[in-house]
Amino acid sequence: MPAATSKSVYWQGVRAGGPFILVVVPFSLLFGVAATEAGLTLAQAMGFSVLVIAGGSQFAALQMMVDQAGIALVLLAALAVNLRMAMYSASLAPYLGTAPLWQRAVVAYTLFDQTYLASITAYDAQPAMSIRDRFDYFMGVATPITPVWCAMTAVGALAGTAIPPAAALDFALPITFLAMVAPMLRSLPHLAAAGTSAVVALVLNGLPAGTGLLIASACAMAVGVLVEKRT
Amino acid sequence: MTGYGTGEIWAIIAILAVGTFLIRFSFVGLIGNRPMPDLVMRLLRYTPVAVLPGLVAPLVLWPAATGGDPDAVRLIAAGVALAVGLWTRAVIWSIVAGFMALYAGLGVAALLG
Repeated sequence: MPAATSKSVYWQGVRAGGPFILVVVPFSLLFGVAATEAGLTLAQAMGFSVLVIAGGSQFAALQMMVDQAGIALVLLAALAVNLRMAMYSASLAPYLGTAPLWQRAVVAYTLFDQTYLASITAYDAQPAMSIRDRFDYFMGVATPITPVWCAMTAVGALAGTAIPPAAALDFALPITFLAMVAPMLRSLPHLAAAGTSAVVALVLNGLPAGTGLLIASACAMAVGVLVEKRT
Repeated sequence: MTGYGTGEIWAIIAILAVGTFLIRFSFVGLIGNRPMPDLVMRLLRYTPVAVLPGLVAPLVLWPAATGGDPDAVRLIAAGVALAVGLWTRAVIWSIVAGFMALYAGLGVAALLG
């Protein structure tokens, strides 16, 4: 889209990020509820969502704290869950590596599954995008997601146990991750990589938090490239 | 959760915040525009499809809500979300369909159970 102005690129990003509100609302609500149940104050729950701003690791840290694990183990488990974001960071580097440092820092702060997936999809589809447009697009995707994430954590922490378990909010995360990945399964190498990832992660599920996923991801990337060579 | 003092909880939050930021900043921040080898670029192209299925598979098969036991309703909801996502290629319809299947299934299960 060479004629697009920076403003319209930003709004394209906002539109791409919009559907993820459906994901983020239940997930952040649930974190607020779980944090209160675990005995955290509202400020502490907000501290997690505003400063750490990574749902999976927030839940992992909370679970370890409820289990009375040592602080080192809490940190290790939560950071391991976030290691996949190093892969996202590496995958974005060729597209955003020449942006000004402050922009790269802002991208890093708002780099979650949803912003990464929506942005990398757009960068792949429009290789001619300028660095500036790529940054604007990324910010556009983050715009609807980030404030909702923080606000709904507060609502969850305040509403606490008023939300019935029948709402099955626990399954919001798997559904939305499947929804994100399904449209990407457009070629045999992608299918093979996805299958490898799922199977290896299931087999290695007993390993400490996050390690099985890292091994599964590495295997899946290798399988993707190998299958690509044969087809 | 009585095991942690207020200071300890804030220390956990602060260290996690800094650590998570550094993980995210790593490549995009420090490697910058240095070109990466062709093989690395090809591997990275599969990042999303290599990470997400592994993240989601255990959650679908052994959901926390049932104490880790496989649950027919959640398996069907996951299957519907995946199928609709493959068919429509649209994230939003996949999410909507997955939730509809989940609530329909939970409703039926409640009636039967």
